Amino acid sequence: MSNGILVFIEHRQGAINKTSFEAVAAAQQLGAGTGQEVTAVVLGADPQHANEVTGFKLAGVVSAENPKLADYTPDAYADAFEQVVRARNPAFVIFPHTYLVRDFAPKLAARFGKGLISDCIRMKAEGGSVVFARRLFQGKMDADVTARGEVTAFATFQSGAYRGDQAERGGGASVESLPVEVGEVRMQPEAPFQEVKQAVDLSKTDVIVAVGRGIKSQENIALAQKLAELLGGDIAASRPICDAGWLPIDRQIGSSGQTVAPKLYIALGISGAIQHLVGMKNAGTIVAVNKDPEAPIFDIADYGIVGDLFEVVPTLTDEIQKLKG
Amino acid sequence: MKIVVLMKQVPNKDAVLRVRGDGKWVEEGDLSFEVNESDGYALEEALRLKEKKGGGEVVVVTLGPQRAKSVIKDALARGADRAIHVVADDFGQAGPFAAAKVLAEAVRGESPDLVLAGLQSDDHGYGQTGVIVAELLGLPHATIVIEVDWSGEQLRVKRELESGWYQWYTMQTPALLTIQSGISQIRYATLKGIMAAKKKEIREVQPAVAAGEGEFQTVERVYLPLKQKQTQFLGDGDAKKGAAQLAEKLRNEARVI
Repeated sequence: MSNGILVFIEHRQGAINKTSFEAVAAAQQLGAGTGQEVTAVVLGADPQHANEVTGFKLAGVVSAENPKLADYTPDAYADAFEQVVRARNPAFVIFPHTYLVRDFAPKLAARFGKGLISDCIRMKAEGGSVVFARRLFQGKMDADVTARGEVTAFATFQSGAYRGDQAERGGGASVESLPVEVGEVRMQPEAPFQEVKQAVDLSKTDVIVAVGRGIKSQENIALAQKLAELLGGDIAASRPICDAGWLPIDRQIGSSGQTVAPKLYIALGISGAIQHLVGMKNAGTIVAVNKDPEAPIFDIADYGIVGDLFEVVPTLTDEIQKLKG
Repeated sequence: MKIVVLMKQVPNKDAVLRVRGDGKWVEEGDLSFEVNESDGYALEEALRLKEKKGGGEVVVVTLGPQRAKSVIKDALARGADRAIHVVADDFGQAGPFAAAKVLAEAVRGESPDLVLAGLQSDDHGYGQTGVIVAELLGLPHATIVIEVDWSGEQLRVKRELESGWYQWYTMQTPALLTIQSGISQIRYATLKGIMAAKKKEIREVQPAVAAGEGEFQTVERVYLPLKQKQTQFLGDGDAKKGAAQLAEKLRNEARVI
């Protein structure tokens, strides 16, 4: 008989991170495929956030509590979660693949002699066998992965792999308060802050022309800028362009920048690393121009041109100009 | 002051990957390799910290086959003082715990004040090795670090959170940090550096545990990603023709212009 599934509910700055609900959906599917119950785990100084997830179809909610869990630190979270895992000895622990989870979950799993099956994009759970799928080589390959050895297996799911609104609702799960011990916390966090008030809100624009490494120099961005202006849109970029200082950081699309869903997204010279894709994959129409026919950006593009963006963009700009009269 | 930098060799970003005959990994024979991007930034940060402190030692630790020597030699040419190469041909597919265990044992005897690693590898992309090394060595850690202030006694680091948020941590040392790409401009190796590197020590050691020991996951199959959308490829190799077709389709099919 199995020991069930635990799913981690993340909260930050007083609110539950909604990717936690995607993790609940993933854990429920895993539970259905393996005949196991799902229990949510919330860490905190009090049961406030645990009380917010009782509406899901769950066997229960564990509220692991200690005053040292009021602010997130990897030391406190690993200590607390370790006790929950030892108490329950679950078959699986499921997490959303967030920056916070990346910070403490490997430390937790290491205490059980394991790593995480991290950043999964799919899962097939049937008749007791479970196959996880994850991306390799910055999105160029997929791999099917199975857990090996004794319980517990730890897995994280990429944002968007499951839909939070598909997490099943239930009849009201009960909250179990579990006081936990937390040892020495060796780091003191200060309050989170935003660098600059974002001058540009790209989430409201209809058309985005985004440039990546393929643009080659800061001067060349003018080409993309001209196209963006013609379309009444905004210029944006992948991380390397903002790191190089060619465009300000508030133009960055992706996990560490803005998340957008414009009607039209034109990706110029962007290969499509996962970190970029999560920020734009919900755009209505996606166009990709890249020299490399294997670039992962083409996996999510509606229209693709394999070729030199310096040939494509001027022609495209002229043709659109003509169409617009 | 001693800083250890964990560095990994990975296939080139632009490499065209083919699935190996047994379907369990990619064909490595015809690939070229380079340093993992964020590990390059970790080295740069270590060199800058040493310069600001006005002394100390930067030690590079690499796990991989003999070809990984090119990463080590490049790091020594840029200014690292010496290197430890854990030589192993069979750790290419190792999970993060197995790799971290070997790296932790290689680092342990050095008793560094700081360990730096890239935040994730560009091949497996687990994003865990640094954190597990910290746990195995009993060190506090911080991940996705984009600024390090070690001017005083205490270590202060700026962490990147999601969606444009940041946070400063004050940490005890020794500590381990995983460094985000783009933290600074990476220096080039100078001719003088390349010459000096030839005299620097590269110590070869064997992995402390065998590959596959205690592995917690098995890669069953590697394959090209399932396409999420049916992409219409335009132009058929002619970029200008593609551009003209695209304008027409955006107008009449997608109706976004």
